[in-house]
Formats: sequence, C-alpha cells, structure tokens
Amino acid sequence: MAYDYEKSIRPGKLPHIWCPGCGHGIVMKGLIRAMDTCGLEKNNTALVSGIGCASRLPGYMDFCTLHTAHGRAAAFATGVKMSKPEMTVICCGGDGDGTAIGGNHFIHACRRNIDMTYVLLNNHIYGMTGGQFSPCTPTDAKASTTPYGNPDPTFDISKLAIGAGATFVARTTAFHATQIDKLIAEGIKHKGMSVIEVVDDCPTTYGRRNKFRSVVDMMKVLKETAVPVAAAAKMSAEQLEGKILTGVLYKEDKPEYCEQYKKIIDRVQGA
Amino acid sequence: MAKKVALLQGNTACALGAVYAGCTFFGGYPITPSTEVAEVMSEELPKVGGKFIQMEDEIAAMASVIGASLTGAKALTATSGPGVSLKQELIGYACIAETPCVIINVMRGGPSTGMPTGPGQSDVMQARWGTHGDHAAIAVCPESCQEIFTETVRAFNLAEKYRMPVQVLFDEIVGHMRERIEFPEPGELEVIDRAAPTCAPEDYKPYDAKSDTDVPPLAAFGSEYRFHVTGLNKAADGFPTTKAELVDFEERRQIAKVECEAARADIESNEEYKCDDADVIILAYGSSARSARYAVNELREEGIKAGLFRPITLWPFPEKRVAELGKQAKAIVVPEMNLGQMIFEVERIVKSDCKLAGVNRVDGDPLTPGQIIDQVKEVL
Amino acid sequence: MSAKAEIEIIERYCKGCAICAEFCPTKVLEMDAFVVKVANADACIACNQCELRCPDFAIKVHKL
Repeated sequence: MAYDYEKSIRPGKLPHIWCPGCGHGIVMKGLIRAMDTCGLEKNNTALVSGIGCASRLPGYMDFCTLHTAHGRAAAFATGVKMSKPEMTVICCGGDGDGTAIGGNHFIHACRRNIDMTYVLLNNHIYGMTGGQFSPCTPTDAKASTTPYGNPDPTFDISKLAIGAGATFVARTTAFHATQIDKLIAEGIKHKGMSVIEVVDDCPTTYGRRNKFRSVVDMMKVLKETAVPVAAAAKMSAEQLEGKILTGVLYKEDKPEYCEQYKKIIDRVQGA
Repeated sequence: MAKKVALLQGNTACALGAVYAGCTFFGGYPITPSTEVAEVMSEELPKVGGKFIQMEDEIAAMASVIGASLTGAKALTATSGPGVSLKQELIGYACIAETPCVIINVMRGGPSTGMPTGPGQSDVMQARWGTHGDHAAIAVCPESCQEIFTETVRAFNLAEKYRMPVQVLFDEIVGHMRERIEFPEPGELEVIDRAAPTCAPEDYKPYDAKSDTDVPPLAAFGSEYRFHVTGLNKAADGFPTTKAELVDFEERRQIAKVECEAARADIESNEEYKCDDADVIILAYGSSARSARYAVNELREEGIKAGLFRPITLWPFPEKRVAELGKQAKAIVVPEMNLGQMIFEVERIVKSDCKLAGVNRVDGDPLTPGQIIDQVKEVL
Repeated sequence: MSAKAEIEIIERYCKGCAICAEFCPTKVLEMDAFVVKVANADACIACNQCELRCPDFAIKVHKL
C-alpha cells in the first residue's frame, strides 16, 4: 500500500495552489509523515502560519489550523502554546515571512525556548507577491526589486536560530525528501524550540530570473550543494564554499518556557 | 457583610476587573501610562492558574492574545496610543476572524511618542477606524477607578458575546489616579462566558451564521472541534473565498452583529445628568466628564440649564439619543482632550439642529470646569 | 525484470514539473506533454523516490 497522505488532508482541498515544481508540496508531505511518526492527534495539534505561499500549507491540513497575518505566526503560536501547553504547536512559513517582517517574533520564540516546531521553507524570495528579494535572496541574485542584482547580504536562518537560542536546529532541502520528515519528527519530539530550515525552490519567481532553465535544474542544485554535517567536518573551507550544511546542526537540552512558567504558577499557588 | 474596599490606581482596578471577569491570559508590552496593568496581571494571573507573557513587541502581544483566545481563554492586552497603532493590524485580524479579546488603551496625546506621561483622549477615532477595512467596533470609556473595574468586566462580556475585540479607553488621569474601590462579590456583576457549539464536531463551521446579524459560537483549539482560522475573507466553513455573495454577506454581518438595533440596545451605555430640561448639553466622556459634571452644577447655580450626557460606550456611538438631545437643546458642547474628534461624530448626527462647540486641550493638563463653563456661555 | 511496485498517477493533480521522471533511478517515468506517465513499468525497483519528491500528491507507489 502506498502511503496515505489524504488521511491528514482536509477532503476536497487538493490540488494545492503551489506552482508546478514548487517544493512546498514536498515539504508538506514530509511534515505529514513526521506528524504521523510522532502520532500527533488532530484535535490536539495546532498548525500556525503567517502570510505567503508557504503559509497556505495549514489550510490543507486536517488539524487545528491558524493562518495569521504576515510574519506573525510565531507570536500567535506562542499565545496558543502558552495558553494550552498540552497542544503540539507547529509553525510553518517562508523566509520573508519568518525572517523579515516576522524576524523579531522568530528570534524571541527561539530565545524563550518555547516548545514549538518551526518549519521554515526557505525559497529565497517573496513568491506570492511576484518575486521581490527577501533577507535570504543570495547577494547579486535577480529579483523583481533587484533588477541590477541584489546588493543585500543574506541571513543564514539556521545560524540565526542557533544564535537566538533555539535548542534544536536542523537543515535539509526539498530534494532530500526522506530527511525532511526525519528532521521534523526529531524537532517535534524535542522539548523546546526547534527550527527546521528546508531550503526550497521557487521556479516561478526565482528560478526564471536567475537562469535556471527548469525545475529540475533547481532540484539538481539543491542535490549538489547539500553537504551532511558529518561530511562537512572533513572538508576544507574552500570545499565548503557555496555549500549548504544539512542534518542536525544544533541540539541541546535547556528548560522549556511553558514548563518554567508552570513552576511559577505552582510556587505562587503553593505559597 | 461589608464589602471589601481599597484605595487603588485605575490601572490596578482594570487588572483586578479582568481577573474578576475570568481573564486567564495576558500578553503585553511595556508602555507608559498603561504598564501597571501588565505589572498587576503578572502578579495576579499565576494565582488563578492563568498565564502572563511579556512579548517582544506590541504586535506580538496582540498576536499572543488572539492565539490564546482561540484556545478558549479570556485574553487581555494593555497599551497606549502608539502601541494601539502597532496593534491595529491584528485588531483587524481579530475582527475578521471573530476572536474575542480585550484591549486596554490608557490614552495619552500624540501623534507618535507625544507626551507619554500626560493624559489625552486622542484615540477615540483610532478605536473606531484605526484598522483598515470595514469593521464594527466596540469601545467603552470609564471615568473613574470604580468604573474602570466594572467596564473592564463588561468589556470581556461584550467581547465574548459578540465575538470580537473590545477596547477599553481611559486616559492617563484615571489610569494613574487613586480612588476608593468597592470590590463586587463574586456573582454580583454579570460574567458572560463564551458560547460553545452544540453541533457534532464534524458539522462544525466557525462562521455558520443563522441570520445576517448572528454571532455563531466559537469552538476552542484543543477541544473536540477542529477548524481553520484565517484573516482572508472566508465562507461559513472558515476557508478563504472570493465568491462575491459570501464575502459581501460576511462583511456586512460582522458589522450588523454590533450595529443592529438589538445589539446597540445591549451594548450602549450612557449616563445622563440633568439632561431632562437642559438647554445646553455637555457631551463628555472619560475624565473630561468629571470636569463637565462640575461645570453643570456651577452653570445650574448661575441659572443656566446645563446637562451632562456621558457615553460610557463610545462605539457604537449612541446615535439615537444624541439626535434627540440635538433637537431638545439649543447647544451641545463637546469637551475633549484632543483637538476635536468625537465632536465630528456629534455633528454628523445632530447636523444643524443645534449649535455645536468644542472645548479642546492637548497641552498635557486636564480640561477644567472653568474652560467648559466659558465655552458654554460663549455658545449660548 | 519484473516491477517491484505499481505506480499510480493521479493525473488531475499532476502539474508536469518532471521532478519524478528526472530523478527516477531506473527511468520508469516519462513526461507526456504536461503529465507524467509510466513508460517502463517493469523497471520499477520500488524505491519510492518519485512519490516522495512529487510536490503535488500525484504519485502513489504501491509495492507489489
């Protein structure tokens, strides 16, 4: 029997809105398998997103789903989790949503180490608005608002998450489909803030402007630039130039925010 | 049995009113002159098993409140003018997603940072029209510390009943003033809890309105009901739609649920002081009404038939009663700690039925009875 | 060689991106204009790569 994705998808919602070759669907499938692996109950799991192509993901999913405002997923999710810590809370969204307009919420969710899993689909562009550059658009790349090439330096999302205090940070790509669900599942099981960055492709608004001839070309780049962390440890700086480190980048056990707050309640009520 | 009494700041009364109303979540961000609301909530909520969180910014505070409300919690945030400006994005979200929550706005002047430690009443129009798009608004405006307590309770009731954000506006004067408060006993004030759906979980639609003024019940995340919430225009099932008739129905219903006659009768609350035979009505709200009441007494002693009309609910505005008073009185005087905001709403309603004049002050000091008396004499 | 799996294509979901066909290690799949088709069924080794990388939920791999 083939894997049954439909059991996690709301009836009648497919096909989805994403363009041909957009990796978001691959990530969504990985997320479904991961949630399945973790045995998450539909009524006890909230999927929270912001605005953008990737943020349309929860609408397809048969869980408690919250499609918020641009950039605000982590802040809404913090309210959900804090108010009902027994729920599993998963955020998803894009690079512009999560690290530009939502950057402040993202880093502070990491800092608190609140028990959430943030799946950040990094396709290096604002896709839904037609391809404007994001904080993750490579320098010199073309976007609709960088017709002469992007002058901006870029964010390394995973480094940002680690620096801000997330206690589980992992990265993979849309090409590495089997790794997506494994890393997300590990993130869900981790107590604390987990960030899984999935480097993704946007053939429509990024690929075409940046001389990728096809979706397949973009997938090949993802395949070829990904280097597992273990392999990277044996490589020189020159060899790692332009590569994407994949796998679990950081993991530590630290007190979780809601549990810390519960201790305050217990102390106050006991006094 | 004697009631429990205390000498409390308005901001403290507000926080204690919220706890009385059953608030179990506060998401906030420090801002003068509202910060004490957050401080008291941080102390009180853990005692009742509630949650306090200080978020990274005003927008995040509002987001956390909506998120918490969707899990079924009665949720509160408190801020002041510039903070409300930031929250407007998500106040609109709470409107369209029909998520109950209460926003305290301890008003100061402005625009921008203005005079953070001074009083103002400059947000009454922001409370009505601050967020973009068409939407209903409920805002209440207490004038004393006792009333801050009771109006905060009422704000939660209205938020839960009408399934929307409700703003409580008071100014720095009342927020920081200390007055004697009598604490209502549990059960003494009405406390309305959110209506829960009764249908089977598989039949639940979060916006399944039975009429064009209906407020459908909101289920909680984490219950047996599972649903989708979005800020996009949506159909009864909560999923986005661009179908003209569905968008139009929902947009209109979400306003009509507050502005229909039955809802207005329920939501509106006014105080009338010596209005029955008044030739001149002083229409004042919040702390300005305290000076206005004094002015009415002084004017009466001088033989001028003055009365105070004090809207406690600012939005929806008491259109019907103000129209009647416009026909009865020779003049309406509107004192405001701004350069004229609510006076335009009064003008829209009374048209040329009577004379209209404002008394305005934005220098960081309260309006005095003398200023109001002078304007009344000038206009008559 | 006999097929290790039967590949089901849900044509109404397929958007023709060609990821599945390109990365199939045994070239079971081919593009037919804008829809993928099973061109070489017997070669399927049931690796499931096409299903995993189909962004559109358009492929099901039924292992035999």
